[in-house]
Amino acid sequence: MSPDATPATPAIEATGLTVRFRRRGEPEICAVNGVGFALARGQVMTILGESGSGKSVSLKAVMGLLPPFAKVEGQVRIGGRDVLSLPPAELAKLRGGQVSMIFQEPMAAMDPVYTIGDQIAETIVQHEGTDRATAMARAKRLLDRVAIPSAARRLKNYPHEMSGGMRQRAMIALALACSPSVLLADEPTTALDVTVQIQILMLLRELQSELGMAVVFVTHDVGVAAEISDRIAVMYAGRFVEAGTVREVMRTPQHPYTRGLLASTVHGGMRRQELRTIPGNPPSLAALPAGCHFRPRCPEAVSRCMEEPPVVSPRPGAMVRCVHAERAARAADAVPA
Amino acid sequence: MSAALQQHAALDPRDRGGPAQPLLAVSGLRKHFPIRGGLLNRQVATVQAVDDVSFSVAKGETLGVVGESGCGKSTTARLLMQLMRPDAGSIVFDGDEVGAQDGIGVQDLRRQMQMVFQDSYSSLNPRLAMVDSIAYAPRMHGLPARQATQRAEELLMQVGLNPALFARRYPHELSGGQRQRVNIARALALEPRLVILDEAVSALDKSVEAQVLNLLAELKARLNLTYLFISHDLNVVEYISDRVLVMYLGRVVEAGPVEQIYGRPRHPYTRALLASKPTLDPDRRTTVLPLAGDPPNPINPPSGCRFRTRCPYAQPRCAEVVPPLGPPMDALSGAGGGHIVACIVPEAQAGTEIRHVA
Amino acid sequence: MSDIANPDALAALVSGQAAMPAQPATGYWSAVWRRLRRDPVTILVTLVMLAIVLMAVFAPWLTSYDPYAGSVLRRLKPIGTPGHWLGTDETGRDLWTRLAYGARLSLLAGIAPVLAALMVGGLLGVVAGFMGGLVGTLIMRTMDVFYAFPSILLAIAICGLLGNGLTNSMIALSVVFIPPMVRIAETVTTQTRHLDFVEAARASGTTTLQIIRHHVLSNVLGPILVYATSLISLSIILSAGLSFLGLGVTPPEPEWGLMLNSLRQAIYVQPYVAALPGLMIFITSMCFNLMSDGFRSAMDVRLSK
Repeated sequence: MSPDATPATPAIEATGLTVRFRRRGEPEICAVNGVGFALARGQVMTILGESGSGKSVSLKAVMGLLPPFAKVEGQVRIGGRDVLSLPPAELAKLRGGQVSMIFQEPMAAMDPVYTIGDQIAETIVQHEGTDRATAMARAKRLLDRVAIPSAARRLKNYPHEMSGGMRQRAMIALALACSPSVLLADEPTTALDVTVQIQILMLLRELQSELGMAVVFVTHDVGVAAEISDRIAVMYAGRFVEAGTVREVMRTPQHPYTRGLLASTVHGGMRRQELRTIPGNPPSLAALPAGCHFRPRCPEAVSRCMEEPPVVSPRPGAMVRCVHAERAARAADAVPA
Repeated sequence: MSAALQQHAALDPRDRGGPAQPLLAVSGLRKHFPIRGGLLNRQVATVQAVDDVSFSVAKGETLGVVGESGCGKSTTARLLMQLMRPDAGSIVFDGDEVGAQDGIGVQDLRRQMQMVFQDSYSSLNPRLAMVDSIAYAPRMHGLPARQATQRAEELLMQVGLNPALFARRYPHELSGGQRQRVNIARALALEPRLVILDEAVSALDKSVEAQVLNLLAELKARLNLTYLFISHDLNVVEYISDRVLVMYLGRVVEAGPVEQIYGRPRHPYTRALLASKPTLDPDRRTTVLPLAGDPPNPINPPSGCRFRTRCPYAQPRCAEVVPPLGPPMDALSGAGGGHIVACIVPEAQAGTEIRHVA
Repeated sequence: MSDIANPDALAALVSGQAAMPAQPATGYWSAVWRRLRRDPVTILVTLVMLAIVLMAVFAPWLTSYDPYAGSVLRRLKPIGTPGHWLGTDETGRDLWTRLAYGARLSLLAGIAPVLAALMVGGLLGVVAGFMGGLVGTLIMRTMDVFYAFPSILLAIAICGLLGNGLTNSMIALSVVFIPPMVRIAETVTTQTRHLDFVEAARASGTTTLQIIRHHVLSNVLGPILVYATSLISLSIILSAGLSFLGLGVTPPEPEWGLMLNSLRQAIYVQPYVAALPGLMIFITSMCFNLMSDGFRSAMDVRLSK
């Protein structure tokens, strides 16, 4: 859907990723609907969306972390292999090895009864079969790398003995234990204070360029997205509605939802003005509006929005899912360059 | 009608001291939580949640309170609402000291001061329909059921929810933004003069947050409200506040008009806090780390200035004296309007470039 | 904020409750009812339960025999004997009659102690949970003393102390059930007390008693009732056990536990007949258990999201 400009094989490539939740006595819902992207090593793509947009579900689907009643379709290729069709044992080897994930709540991602050092070393031993002493030495280097002071002592700490920011760093160290080529980040800074958030964002940026990882970063915060991304994909009600480079999306948003989201992101320059808002609430996934899902809240909706919106690619590597973008693209084509 | 008369008409009939008298004046507020442990449940440590906090809120203004987790902003709100008993300090509401002999009683205070909490779900009783949740407080204060319900429906209208659709719904049937609107209506049911908004928009999606902020501005103008707006979101505080209070580890480090605080912050912590804010511009990303480390534990905070352990300007005497809140040292150069800062190092206030020792 | 930060949020998302502007306005109890209707197991066990209750109430109309009158000639007839379709017991009394009448005492012995414990234990628990502090500690530590004994031993000890008989066995069981009831009520109350809506009510000048009445009880009652339902099955088994040991109901009263005891000697002669009272105890307690499970999930409208 958004073919990447770089000719090299992408580190992670998703096509038609779809997640349906089906439970007895409940209506089936489609949390993620035909999501596709490709990301080369060394790039950061942010999936930007509000609650219920399906951004976190997409990440969890890639990692095979969804509950059994979730039905996942489509293809996700990491290092050329289709992750979704891997047998469980192979998938487990991939997780924490070639691809790893960090979460909003490090406490939930780490085992409370093992020390930080034990957990990192265990991951290394399991994936690479090194001996314990080597693994421990590498765990110490990892803690140093994520700027945890007095790393040797911190190795013996349990997760609950660390402050929020330190835990987040420790979780990043754990995720990097086997030098993954793909890092999935699920709102890793949302629960942090603003002064700690910027530290973690800068650390991630540094590590990402140093290790040449492809990072898929999920957030609801436009500011965070601007700080970290090379590319942004805006997600609404289970679909990508717009994708492009961070500058394109932030400066010249094409989709009415992206424009609304940026306009309603408060900053000091808006003092004493009434905020421009998107009316209404995000739709329930169980009762999505037909055609363009954003239609009922869209100030620019026309009757054609009742039909499935077209996917337009205004520039290479960019996409917009909107009838208006299609018209704009056609007008641009008509004008001889 | 003369301008003076109009001015007078706009005033609340409950107003006592006139527009110059602050609606709320807090001085020396303190709350320490004992931490008990060990075999005999003895006190082993103290969390100094709020320590000697003083400020005032003028009639009709919005005072923003910012700070990181553990800075005591939510504890302050609960102390003001008398949900906890302060260890020390006085709270004066429109000239009447709370709990004093000839002052204002807690019950009276709670009619005039209300609060909206962060978690829109847990602040509504899951067993009560929206209209009953809103009508509850007026009924407890003696309004007949029919009138209370009518009042609740008017309030639903005022917060932008159609009573025909929402009156009989239950909390789990509403979205977060709708629930927060109901919480605002509930807080307004007793016709308060001061509303404390404790992270009231923090849990909402951005598109919904903007709607609620617009609603708050509209209600404030229409109902002559005064807001105490507590948030960790620096952008939202800048947008909504007239004056801003910056807290760090239970103490006020800086306060003043919003233009002063955001335009020319004097405390090194305020500066670092503002510099940590994501930029919203991919070409001007943060490149210099504004502040290292996590906020220290409020159990056994540093002596003297509590920020000194993270402060690049810290000097030995910062550990010895608690810096008093006072006007900035370069106040002559045009600062003022009540801008106060708690820092004793001139270079720190000026924000002079620090020489890095290689 | 993140849409799938935890499993609960996931469940909310899956059930489409992340945002539901288009849902019809429904009350809490109608939502519970809607969910109950979709749960066939709970409906089935509730119907079986109803049948057992009806059997107890209308026992005299369901049989032409006297539950106390036996006949030496018709002792220990097998199931399917003409005139005695469930056979007869060791003194020749019709077993169907005994089972139907026995449901009265067995249900009473099962339900009454739980009701008593619900009132006393629920009250103590709510008080302990809401007051906390010294009063709460005092109540909870006292309950811990009772926890030190296994429930059946405690019941036997109290029965031994009071002497046997139906009333005494019910009192004994009530005492056994009070501590767990207190603990549940205390836990739920403590959780509820710290929710923001209770704070909000306090901030609006509501008195403590009004808060307990309007905000705490309505939220605490559901979980406590569900727990009480699950205790009924245990109560039926325990009271049958006490009767079986000769501590509860005395012969010739029809009661399932006692019947199981007296038919024990006939287990080699008429094994199926001898097993019938046990089967009734099993079915009834099972029904209460499944019912409580069903109600629990139907009533869970995410008190703490």
